[in-house]
Amino acid sequence: MSVDWSWIADHTDDLTALTLSHLQAALTAVLLGLLVSLPLAVVAHRVRRLRGLLLGLSNILFTIPSIAVFVLLLPVSGLTRTTTVIGLTIYTLVVLLRNTVEGLDSVPARTKEAAKAMGTRPLRTLITVELPLALPVIMAGVRIATVMAISLVSVATYIGDGGLGQLFTDGFQRNFPTPVIVGVVLTLLLALVADALLVTVQYVLTPWTRRQKRGV
Amino acid sequence: MQPGKGLLMIQFDAVHKRFPNGTTAVQDLTLDMPEGGVTVLVGSSGCGKTTTLRMINRMVDPTSGTIRVAGRDVLEQDAAELRRSIGYVIQQSGLFPHRTVSDNIATVPLLLGWGRRKARARAAELLETVGLSADAGKRYPHQLSGGQQQRVGVARALAADPPVLLMDEPFGAVDPVVRTQLQNELLRLQRDLSKTIVFVTHDVDEAVRLGDRIAVFRTGGHLVQCAAPAELLARPADAFVADFLGAERGLKLLSLTTLAGVAQGPAPEGARWQLTLDSARKPLVWHDTENDTALPLRPLQDTDSLLSALNESIAAPSGLVARVDADGVLTGVSSREDIHDRAGRVHSEASAVAA
Ligand SMILES: Nc1ncnc2c1ncn2[C@@H]1O[C@H](COP(=O)(O)OP(=O)(O)OP(=O)(O)O)[C@@H](O)[C@H]1O
Ligand SMILES: [Mg+2]
Repeated sequence: MSVDWSWIADHTDDLTALTLSHLQAALTAVLLGLLVSLPLAVVAHRVRRLRGLLLGLSNILFTIPSIAVFVLLLPVSGLTRTTTVIGLTIYTLVVLLRNTVEGLDSVPARTKEAAKAMGTRPLRTLITVELPLALPVIMAGVRIATVMAISLVSVATYIGDGGLGQLFTDGFQRNFPTPVIVGVVLTLLLALVADALLVTVQYVLTPWTRRQKRGV
Repeated sequence: MQPGKGLLMIQFDAVHKRFPNGTTAVQDLTLDMPEGGVTVLVGSSGCGKTTTLRMINRMVDPTSGTIRVAGRDVLEQDAAELRRSIGYVIQQSGLFPHRTVSDNIATVPLLLGWGRRKARARAAELLETVGLSADAGKRYPHQLSGGQQQRVGVARALAADPPVLLMDEPFGAVDPVVRTQLQNELLRLQRDLSKTIVFVTHDVDEAVRLGDRIAVFRTGGHLVQCAAPAELLARPADAFVADFLGAERGLKLLSLTTLAGVAQGPAPEGARWQLTLDSARKPLVWHDTENDTALPLRPLQDTDSLLSALNESIAAPSGLVARVDADGVLTGVSSREDIHDRAGRVHSEASAVAA
């Protein structure tokens, strides 16, 4: 298996466009996933009885094979980017929902009590105390969801989308390995860079978790 | 600590609290807490101290009865606003781990809309008040020791200068040395601030040191007795209270009385035990003229307790206690007998007052 470097050189524009399209699909899905799972997680965290239902539901969605999800969505949104994004969002939900609930659960009761006793109202407590303290656990979920979404985008090739995944079909059909190898490498790189960025974001957002020397 | 102008800052009137699970935590509680005084709630575990405290700032609502703060029924006030007007300190501080010490202290001022700059300035001022360096303000709570965190907890409760301070076993999780230090600082703060303080503790000694009044609770949420420490120690209402105060309550009573009333005479001349003074007439040691040895001594001031005087008179071979003024200069000596007599009188006077 050898790489045809000239093919790569000839297709840099295409490769850039596919990479960006791939990334856009994955990131949109993660953002949408967060938008949906955040309120659901708050509900699951606060209302014990809905918690099992919501987590169970997201688990069931997760077990549907990815191709089936896209096929099921076809009558609704057709062969579009929307279908790709909705499909991916469904997969991010399970991780994001579970981690956000766990993150909120991990906030010490004493800290929430203190916020209440100081006269902080519930919504402000959620935004200024609970979510920041849940952030490390939530971010762990965001990292998994992001890497997962990046790897799953390729499946959407079946509905004519799929970003870098199109390189695989292209390579298989022509029995020409270069696009396949390039596709795999770019997907991996994308996942690594996205993850590194998220780690940095978390580091910046959670200064209190950094190790510092003790004592005054 | 002088209780204020006799105004009743916090009033419990026939208050009951029954939790949904059927536990009665507080039963028929009628209790007034005077403005500017420290009321300490004591009693064994589970007797309803915390519940009583938390009904004041509506962390718990009573099942029946009324609670008034500064004359206003708490149930008629917005809970969040009420809480901002009442300082609250809990065990292990309950600080926000994700906020710097300064931001922790500034919590209530920011909720009250003071603005960042003013809230920060207030936080800096309070750091000093509670004896922390300005540098500590930039740290996160986990970077401080337990005692330091507790100081931050007190600073945070004082931030908006509330008239009422609720403290639930605030010094329960620190070692005895730091605990005494924090108690002393609270007493010093209270001399300047004259807050109405409700203080929960398990520790009778802490209650006696800090309280203007001590309320003793029994399991099931009954208030058994509420009285000034001296009165409580001299005349416990029943066997339960006496038991709770412990067998040494007579000694505890002596810890409340100062040495000031005990007679003193000139240091002995020509006796076996001679007091050695330095050039500024500060006592150094007891000198034994028979075999030329020296024994250490602890000079006492008028503000020291009768208990420490008794202790020193037992420790001193001469049976004499060296008395000094605020600068440490010898004013005279008191005998073991004089101290003992005074101790006996204190006890019978306290009993008589209470009777
Ligand atoms: N939220 C609650 N639900 C049900 N029961 C409760 C609740 N809070 C307290 N209790 C019960 O009410 C009683 C009084 O509790 P409280 O916390 O006021 O006691 P306490 O005197 O502060 O005890 P401790 O010294 O251990 O802190 C206990 O029996 C406790 O189990
Ligand atoms: Mg308690």
